Amino acid sequence: MPQPTQDVKYQLDSGNSTAVLSLCGDWCFDAGIPQSEPLFADLSRQQKNSTLQINCEQLGKWDSGLMTFLLALLDTCRQHKIAVDTSQLPVGAQKLLDLATRVPERKGARRAVLGLPVLTRIGNVTIEMHRNWEDLLSFLGETVYAVGNMLRGKARFRTSDLFYQIEGAGPSALAIITLISTLVGLILAFVGAVQLRLFGAQIFIADLVGLGMAREMGAMMTAIIMAGRTGAAYAAQLGTMQVNEEIDALKTMGISPIEFLVLPRLMALCLMMPLLCIYADFMGIFGGAIVSALMLDISFFEYYQQLQSSVALKHFLIGLIKAAIFGVIVATSGCFRGMQCGRSASAVGFAATNAVVTSIVLIVVADAIVTIICQILGY
Amino acid sequence: MATQAHLDIRNLTMAYGDAVIQENLNFTVKRGEIFVIMGGSGCGKSTLLRHLIGLMTPYEGQILLDGTDLWQASQEERNQLISRCGVLYQGGALWSSMTLAENLEVPLKEYTTLSNKQISEVISYKLALVGLAGFEDYYPSEISGGMQKRAGLARAIALDPDILFFDEPSAGLDPISSRLLDDLILQLRDSLGATVVIVTHELASIFTVGDNSIFLDPDAKTSIASGAPKELLETSTDPRVRKFLTRTT
Repeated sequence: MPQPTQDVKYQLDSGNSTAVLSLCGDWCFDAGIPQSEPLFADLSRQQKNSTLQINCEQLGKWDSGLMTFLLALLDTCRQHKIAVDTSQLPVGAQKLLDLATRVPERKGARRAVLGLPVLTRIGNVTIEMHRNWEDLLSFLGETVYAVGNMLRGKARFRTSDLFYQIEGAGPSALAIITLISTLVGLILAFVGAVQLRLFGAQIFIADLVGLGMAREMGAMMTAIIMAGRTGAAYAAQLGTMQVNEEIDALKTMGISPIEFLVLPRLMALCLMMPLLCIYADFMGIFGGAIVSALMLDISFFEYYQQLQSSVALKHFLIGLIKAAIFGVIVATSGCFRGMQCGRSASAVGFAATNAVVTSIVLIVVADAIVTIICQILGY
Repeated sequence: MATQAHLDIRNLTMAYGDAVIQENLNFTVKRGEIFVIMGGSGCGKSTLLRHLIGLMTPYEGQILLDGTDLWQASQEERNQLISRCGVLYQGGALWSSMTLAENLEVPLKEYTTLSNKQISEVISYKLALVGLAGFEDYYPSEISGGMQKRAGLARAIALDPDILFFDEPSAGLDPISSRLLDDLILQLRDSLGATVVIVTHELASIFTVGDNSIFLDPDAKTSIASGAPKELLETSTDPRVRKFLTRTT
């Protein structure tokens, strides 16, 4: 017997009322499945209402390759109104065919390929944005209400949760805040040093770093770190709780998830952000002192004196106010995106990304607004 | 062929750290049979399954799949062996960011050299087998729990596996769906000729599908009975096994 090659795995003997399709060799994907189009073209020339008999005497091993071929064959024969006799197929294949064709495709289940017109898409996105705003407003409303409840001592959350969140948002972040803010101070001083040396005004490096850190960079860098570190974590935690129906469980017990989950996180960040910010300010100023000492030969004492004459308490206070505002922003956008999360793993990732993006955008916008207000008020 | 050992467990001890879950397990799963791992909640059934599919390393003992020790084999050999197994996880474990078709496509793309057209044909065929014809473009979150489970089964059989593992197949299904799933398992076994290992505590399924079984006990920390479930029901004298199989308290 000649070794069956890929091309001769079947043979079609056409007759007037009955055609016989003989399958031979292995019909596995590993062995290669022949092209079915030529066979189907031959079949289309068969008389209507004739019968196709499938002969499997020489069929070797088979797997899903044979099954997909048979399904396509049955489909073609149905189109050309040819009856198919499958009784000669291996028993397993017959059962599988039966199984695969038993549940007919549900009408309307298959989806048309999505090719919406541009205008429709713009409309959909706009409606989505509108809904987003509604969600955000109602979330903010509920949060304010919960804070009101808390101030009246009526909010229900666990104090241990609050301390746990405080630990996560405060002391645990010290290491990364130390590193980043010292480096920011170093960079500020470094960039300033090169310029100031041109005028012989090296000593003003202390003003530059001191004011820069206290008013702007301390709060800003802390907020951005916390957005990435804690805001994203909040969104992922609440999002996963949403997926696991844990938030539904809270609601059905009559406990407001806003009070129980959002309040402790909001409080923790509001309390910790100013503290972290003050810490970041000093680390940054310390970074500046190192550059001054090493590059500009300004001693720590001179640096300190210059700092005292230029940076006042109000500069630190402005930074602290900003930090508190940023804390609210990071906590609310993290929690909001988490509460808004859909019910799947990818939705959790989406929520975390969105939380960070929202936080950072809002932080920069808020910073601009506060800076302008300070300018107008003359601080 | 029918008596050949497909999966052979020798002196298996499982532990989390040093906390032993089950010790000294010995059993053989023959080719083409449906083997049930049963026992009460928390006895280590699922842990045993995680060992069998190579997710956890045995504390002691051997797991021989097709005569090859899973943990003596190299990483590559092990991947090859594991790719011949199909696993249906408790919740379906479909990848939520992909449509059903994409879920099935992943193993097919990874382990076969099929053309895109062939792959899409196989996907339609496998989805039709589990009664989900036409649901290719749906995301897992858009279909019901029972459908997710069947889609998980379609993914498990995507590569025509020799051996299928099921973790609590009837968990979360209504009696009719769970019966249909049992029938489907039986039909797939008969037509694909695959070996099936099921972890379950659902009595109805145990008696409907089980050819052979092992009973794990959390206190004895080992298997206290083995054999065909129906025979166990008639012959076992162990009160723990009898209680379990007859649902008495």
